[in-house]
Amino acid sequence: MATGAQTKQQIEEIEPFEAAQEIEGGDVVLIDTREPHEYQEAHLENGKLVPPGLLGDEIAAAAPDKSARTILYCRSGNRSYKAAEQLQALGYEDVASMAGGILAWQEQGLPVVAASGMTPEQRDRYSRHTLLPEVGVDGQLKMLNAKVLLVGAGGLGAPTALYLAAAGIGTLGLVDDDVVDASNLQRQVIHNTERIGVPKTESARLTIEALNPDVNVVEHRLRLDATNIVEILSEYDVIVDGADNFPTRYLLNDASVRLRKPVVSASILSFDGQISTFVPFEGPCYRCLYPTPPPAELAPSCSANGVLGVMAGTMGLLQANEVLKLVLGIGEPLIGRLLLFEALSTRFTELKVRRDPACPICGPDAPEIPESELGKFPDYELFCAG
Amino acid sequence: MATVRIPPVLRAQTGGQPEVDADGSNVGEVLRALTAAHPDTESQLFGPEGELNRYVNVYLNDEDVRVLDGLETAVSDGDTVVILPAMAGG
Repeated sequence: MATGAQTKQQIEEIEPFEAAQEIEGGDVVLIDTREPHEYQEAHLENGKLVPPGLLGDEIAAAAPDKSARTILYCRSGNRSYKAAEQLQALGYEDVASMAGGILAWQEQGLPVVAASGMTPEQRDRYSRHTLLPEVGVDGQLKMLNAKVLLVGAGGLGAPTALYLAAAGIGTLGLVDDDVVDASNLQRQVIHNTERIGVPKTESARLTIEALNPDVNVVEHRLRLDATNIVEILSEYDVIVDGADNFPTRYLLNDASVRLRKPVVSASILSFDGQISTFVPFEGPCYRCLYPTPPPAELAPSCSANGVLGVMAGTMGLLQANEVLKLVLGIGEPLIGRLLLFEALSTRFTELKVRRDPACPICGPDAPEIPESELGKFPDYELFCAG
Repeated sequence: MATVRIPPVLRAQTGGQPEVDADGSNVGEVLRALTAAHPDTESQLFGPEGELNRYVNVYLNDEDVRVLDGLETAVSDGDTVVILPAMAGG
């Protein structure tokens, strides 16, 4: 290919060690002419990504000064060479292509910024996350290291668990003592017809394991009570409240405030849903919002009153969104805000929730709980019945 | 005239209406206008002494009346009063 060789002579090619010396000296624009997924796996420090197909559109932003020294690299040196030709044609005066690309660079033991901690399969699986600047590889690693407890593997827990598992939350704890019933399947999409009669935690685990082998599912096949809640909550970073009864909701609140664990709390009934995020001492707690539970006639359950199936998905995924923001430390969680969703009118309403100075759990006059009393709670069944 | 938003658990007492218009210069008067028009809501909103039940949250627009002036909180024309009970469905 004499013509190819001839063309090649027109572009300066430099060895990785020469490129490294120039980069070290400064005043070099370094352009990575590969695809985004390759860039994410490993790239040179300060290398700016300009994929070959977007060269014409993006080079001006990445390399505005056409007289500056501009070094291009790719995987093995071919794409960067062609890109260097294009740049020359565009009027860039001092362009070089790094021979052998990043492969040769790494063979010589030169450093790269790598997506360390993730396997090639994970880099592929989570690429749509890591492409987001707000998430990136670091954010995905945070998710893979996060431990999230779902209280309830039913209506709210089913969609929340599915999406958190897909997102790569590394440890998902599931609390539920129920078995799958045919009447659950209109909304509890993590279960299926064949699993009727199977414990919900087991059914959810089977679905999650098929979806994402990265997730470690911990089954807590029990009902949370005063004797077990502290031990269970202690193992997790974020708690998701999708419980179907008031005693569990109040107990969960009081224990999570003591342990300073954030709780993403939602509830659904008929065509309505509510959601808020309670971060102890940073914002209000569940008791600041609802000091006392309503009497039974004002607190019907979904089994008594019915619920539109999609309410579970809508509110459950809003919970999953809150969890991911808390894990990643991005955005504005629903702290001090209660979001209402009405399905029939398709209307969202946001209400303010203030810390209650008289809150018996998180207020300034709330009693200090000594370590030895951490697991002692009043009888919530009685409290809610009364 | 204010608009009172009725939660699902109280709609049986308002003939199914999700919103009821009610007159009053403060939150207490607006809620009393509601209970006058729909008497079955009374026992669920108010206790025996005429105080708002502790388990009923009431908001004027987006603010809890507990941090405003409670039932004395002034209501302007076009305001929305939201009645909000806790829900436990999961």
